[in-house]
Amino acid sequence: MAALINVPAKARRGDVIEIRALTSHIMETGFRHTADGKLVPRDIITSFACRYNGAEIFRADLFPAIAANPYLSFFTVAKESGKFEFEWTGDNGYSSTASASITVE
Amino acid sequence: MSIWRAIAAATLFAAAPALLAGEIPPDARRSGYSFMGPETRAMQDNDTSNPGMLFVLDGEALWGKKGGSADKSCADCHGDARSSMKGVAARYPAFDKALGRPVTLDQRINLCRANHQQAAALPYESRDLLALSAFVAHQSRGLPITAGSDPQAKPFVEQGRGLFMQREGQLNLACTNCHDDNFDKRLAGAPITQAQPTGYPLYRLEWQTLGSLERRLRSCMSGVRAQAYEYGSPELVALELYLMSRAHGLPMETPAVRP
Repeated sequence: MAALINVPAKARRGDVIEIRALTSHIMETGFRHTADGKLVPRDIITSFACRYNGAEIFRADLFPAIAANPYLSFFTVAKESGKFEFEWTGDNGYSSTASASITVE
Repeated sequence: MSIWRAIAAATLFAAAPALLAGEIPPDARRSGYSFMGPETRAMQDNDTSNPGMLFVLDGEALWGKKGGSADKSCADCHGDARSSMKGVAARYPAFDKALGRPVTLDQRINLCRANHQQAAALPYESRDLLALSAFVAHQSRGLPITAGSDPQAKPFVEQGRGLFMQREGQLNLACTNCHDDNFDKRLAGAPITQAQPTGYPLYRLEWQTLGSLERRLRSCMSGVRAQAYEYGSPELVALELYLMSRAHGLPMETPAVRP
């Protein structure tokens, strides 16, 4: 699925940087019914993780009350040049990944 | 002399109701953006927090994807959308000579699919159709709206204007009663806007997804307890055309974010 990632392209060592991750997902709660009374099965992202050069720096559990196309923003310290990897997993075996790189001077 | 003065006075009186029917003068026209709170504005302003951009990305992928029995993609005819589609959405709905009536951007995409790709029409409000029209309209972001200036479209603009002014539904309200006469006030907690369609298809937080202007019009119609026109009906297209001509000169914002 499409994802929009915002990681600064460059940062100085020791800088606190903001990372923003927005992804496409319907986040169907599992509480809604169709017009003929059938329950719409739950289909949500249940977990998000971000790794910085392989080490996990942020993780979040997501729940049915979270809006469609979830948007997460968090901070970390720029330590070294490298890669941020993002992973969303969810119901029905859902899995989606994205990555972004950073140069630390 | 006095006859001429009487005629002039009569003309003024005759013209006055048309001018004073609450229509918004061109320099007082404002996008729905100006009615939003700072958080929603910030969400729209940043392309990495604007969820509408997810659809634009999907649309970009669809633009280059071959399809239909002609096995052609949009890009095979139109090339790079950044140049070929620039300003296109700002003049839609546009008059189609072959059909003899205006068509919306969504209808144009489906006409292209039928005539050139030999592909099935995408249903209204389907993700793919919204993504394609968001991607095309995004190429006009920042450009002024020019729809409705084609002289052939004039009768349809007038039809749309008539519908805008016509009371309907159990609440017996016309569009103009809120959007010309009472903008800047509130309907329950929500601000009443001028109904300038600058950012469609747009991401509405209430919908949790992207939606077309027709969807927005239909939800206003059910709001006044009227029977909403069907998607793609001549009435909705005429209303859409009138609204776009009414927003003449305002910059496009697609994909906008609205509460």
